Amino acid sequence: MHIVVCVKQVPDTKIIKINPKTNTLDRRSAPAILNPYDAHAVQEAVRLKSILGRGKISVLSMGPPQATEVIKKCIEIGADEGYLISDRAFAGADTLATSYALSKALEKIASVDPIDLVICGKHAIDGDTGQVGPGIARRLDIPPVTNVIEVSEVNSNDRTIVIKRKLSNGYELVQANMPCLLTVEKEINKIEYSPLSNMLKAARYKSHIWSVSDLGEVNITQLGLKGSPTVVGKMFTPPKLEGGKMLDGTSDEQVSQLMEVLLEQKELLNVK
Amino acid sequence: MEEYQGVWVFIEQSEGEIAGVSLELLGAGRQLADKLEVPLAGVLLGEKVRELSTQVIGHGADIVYLIDDPVLKYYRTESYMKCVNNLALKYRPEIFLYGATPNGKDLASAVATDLSTGLTADTTMLDVDVEKRLLEASRPAFGGNIMATILCKKNRPQMATVRPKVMKALPFDGVRIGEVVEEMIELSEEDMRTKVLEIVKNVTKAASLADAHVIVCGGKGMGDLEGFELIHELADTIGASVGGTRDVIEAGWLPHELQIGQTGETVTPKIYFAIGLSGAIQHVVGMKNSELIIAINKDPNAPIFEAATYGIVGDAFEVVPKLIEQFKQIRVKQGGEVSYV
Amino acid sequence: MSEKFDVIVVGAGPAGTACAYTCAKNGLKVLQIERGEYPGSKNVMGGVLYRKQTEEIIPEFWKEAPLERPIIEQRFWMMDKESTVSFGYKGLEWGVEPYNNFTVLRAHFDQWFAKKGVEEGVLLINETVVTECIVEDGKVIGVRTDRPDGEIFADVVVLADGVNSLLAKQLGFHNELKPDQVALTAMEVINLPKDKINDRFNLQENQGCTIEIFGDSTKGNLGTAFIYTNKESINIGVGTTLSSMIKAKMKPYELLDYLKNHPMVAPLLAGGESTEYLAHLIPEGGFRAVPKVAGNGVVVIGDAAQLVNAIHREGSNMAMASGKMAAEAVIHAKERNDYSETSLNSYREALYASSIMKDLEKYKDAAHLFESSPQYFKEYVPMMNQAMSKFFTVDGTPKKEKQKQIIKGFTSERGTFGVMKDLYRAWKAVK
Repeated sequence: MHIVVCVKQVPDTKIIKINPKTNTLDRRSAPAILNPYDAHAVQEAVRLKSILGRGKISVLSMGPPQATEVIKKCIEIGADEGYLISDRAFAGADTLATSYALSKALEKIASVDPIDLVICGKHAIDGDTGQVGPGIARRLDIPPVTNVIEVSEVNSNDRTIVIKRKLSNGYELVQANMPCLLTVEKEINKIEYSPLSNMLKAARYKSHIWSVSDLGEVNITQLGLKGSPTVVGKMFTPPKLEGGKMLDGTSDEQVSQLMEVLLEQKELLNVK
Repeated sequence: MEEYQGVWVFIEQSEGEIAGVSLELLGAGRQLADKLEVPLAGVLLGEKVRELSTQVIGHGADIVYLIDDPVLKYYRTESYMKCVNNLALKYRPEIFLYGATPNGKDLASAVATDLSTGLTADTTMLDVDVEKRLLEASRPAFGGNIMATILCKKNRPQMATVRPKVMKALPFDGVRIGEVVEEMIELSEEDMRTKVLEIVKNVTKAASLADAHVIVCGGKGMGDLEGFELIHELADTIGASVGGTRDVIEAGWLPHELQIGQTGETVTPKIYFAIGLSGAIQHVVGMKNSELIIAINKDPNAPIFEAATYGIVGDAFEVVPKLIEQFKQIRVKQGGEVSYV
Repeated sequence: MSEKFDVIVVGAGPAGTACAYTCAKNGLKVLQIERGEYPGSKNVMGGVLYRKQTEEIIPEFWKEAPLERPIIEQRFWMMDKESTVSFGYKGLEWGVEPYNNFTVLRAHFDQWFAKKGVEEGVLLINETVVTECIVEDGKVIGVRTDRPDGEIFADVVVLADGVNSLLAKQLGFHNELKPDQVALTAMEVINLPKDKINDRFNLQENQGCTIEIFGDSTKGNLGTAFIYTNKESINIGVGTTLSSMIKAKMKPYELLDYLKNHPMVAPLLAGGESTEYLAHLIPEGGFRAVPKVAGNGVVVIGDAAQLVNAIHREGSNMAMASGKMAAEAVIHAKERNDYSETSLNSYREALYASSIMKDLEKYKDAAHLFESSPQYFKEYVPMMNQAMSKFFTVDGTPKKEKQKQIIKGFTSERGTFGVMKDLYRAWKAVK
């Protein structure tokens, strides 16, 4: 079974700081990391491979040349091969243009070694859109299953997979024919501590790097900024909310004022 | 582009029940449609859902595009997408809104790809530029305390997914009149590559957070896991649910289903305690519609005070224990058994 | 895991990388193991980078390394509660090539430095903790990591795992550090706009300044404080020996808060935004605390070998120099195919013959002297301030009379003989 995981290098939003004056990101402080959801996607591929006892895991990313760092990270987790598509022509892509470029690379990967399963993270933490995964599935014309919290069964014989998919108020059990595309939630697994051999392999690993010309027949107008229908119109600070009443005084006075307010709502409180 | 007209809302339903966000979007869509002087339509798909049309119209739609077919019993990307694509290609809406739910986001992403158009994710503000007939879909920009308005200038329909609980639904109007346009879909179960085996509706913690009347939410200001215990203690004392900001979830002090904000849950409880959190936009959009918001923070300039009904500038570790003590005294006065029910 | 390397370097700070880089450049097969997410990730602080020792490893490094500012001025403050006696040197020649020293942010510099090593062929793995050395027949033959299947082998293991080197302890090279052998330093990075820094420190573009503070900066305890200017931030820190901190019942951050709010210091920091706080152990043991540095198949370098000059607060220069010397010893050992203690002792010999050890030896008594005689910090700094105040205050008293009063002030507190003795001892210790 050939599993391809799509991953993205993102700034670590945990660490990134906002410049309070300009309201923009202070990128100095933010190291680039593997999108955390994508790490779980790779881990799930590793888990499936080890359950099936065979298979191959490739990872695919789009980004600047330094994005090979996140591919190394995926090799640490247990991926076998890594591909980076990197070209100025891809720059400025929105989700539509991104899914187009990635699907072209996936077609190229599949032409050598047919793909059974594509796994993506639920979304990237620098955009939070979650639109690229389903977009890739459409372009490859394979069924997408989003918000996956468990892969319950993989039947290599009849080429089906059974998945638990998170819903707004519960979950559903879905069976899908392979090849298909999954986007995974963090709770799908725990990132394992990789063996030392993976670390050595990753440190030595040289990713395949492809430019547009390596992707075969590509419609240039669908790539990058040109291929992106959405544009940022303006940035603005949202209208300030009015704000309420500040409770003054010592902390005892503040608390007793607050208690007055809360006791008006006492039917809502269930004091134990 | 002139041939594209009208505002559409995807009506998400499960077992005959319309999702709250779809009704909210009919409210928001009504305003956009009125500004543009075009009809508002709901797209209703499912099995035996015909009678839901009344609700869709009653909440503001002029037209309901209905496809009622057994193959649509459960949401599946492939069947729903095909229906929506066909409808959109035939009737050409200029704006198309979806709830930012797992199914809404899934469907919108697939449809946008097939229609080769722009899609804005997790919108929290909507408006239109009437002259240019442009949808202005705004969302908190990545990580920042700033909003970005996303436009789709050249492609139609202009699509957006919208966060639940940020728009307001119109009250049901039983005498509103609208038109139901029924279409057919040629899809058989054999063509389908996915099958829904089972749906389990469970009261997960996340669901209970979305339904909670009282929530105590803590932020990074609680210092560490041990400091965060104070949030649990207050919540236990008053019978509230606990939530956390993105930082808290990233730090692993709470499981991710308890994250409140843009990438977590949107909540609208009756009482919301915001303790030791600054009020970054990505958090505020997830809680600002709560009825009574009480903020406790050391920094008098913390933006959370702008969202708060009542604010206390002070150290949570000083104020909250006193608050807990007050409630405990009430319990003692009432013999230790009576609770406010 | 059967793979074997020529050298395994544990740690990717300045010492470890200097060693790994030099070995790889000379064709050795090097594995470098770092516990942090990336080199420098465990060290968010800034510090001083010394041109000479860095240049000996990477010539003209200033053309590409991520540096903050070249230091053109070094100030020293003898600070009392509401006054300070200051002196220093500012020279524009330090602001042009080849420069003297630089301020750096360690997270940036260490990462860049390690990358240079990788370019020379070092195999660097992060997020991996070496738990122990594998010893066979009295010889270190590899290391065990905390990862599954985590054993790996080499002819030589280089320990560059920092001041509290568990690995050196495990081999019995170190004793448990005594509280007077380590300083606890609390540091903070405070963001300030470039213009504000330039104005407040009287600097121009690409000029930096350091201030070393004695006296009330440590509330009179043995130790020093420092302020370094980065491009758009300031490093401020204060360190005293662990033993004084225990004695004074103080917490490191309390001392740092005291310093930040000190009237001599606060105006420099006003309006700044604190971003990172760190408490860090620094070996202050000096010459007397330097442990065994070479064994069978193993050498110890940098902070792990306690190579820090407590008086001049130098560390990264010794780290780099010791790393390079160790590498040269390893390269020779490989040529001889002899990795015994005797063979690797050429590192020890080079180290003791170098200026590093000479400096450490020179100051070997200083820390103990100041530790056991608190009057240096507690009494003489305030006295000096009073003296200067008297001298410069215009009140009609003739200068000659003032000098008399000053000397009387000094001697009345401790007696003429006591002061003379103290001064002589101090002079011997630091001179």
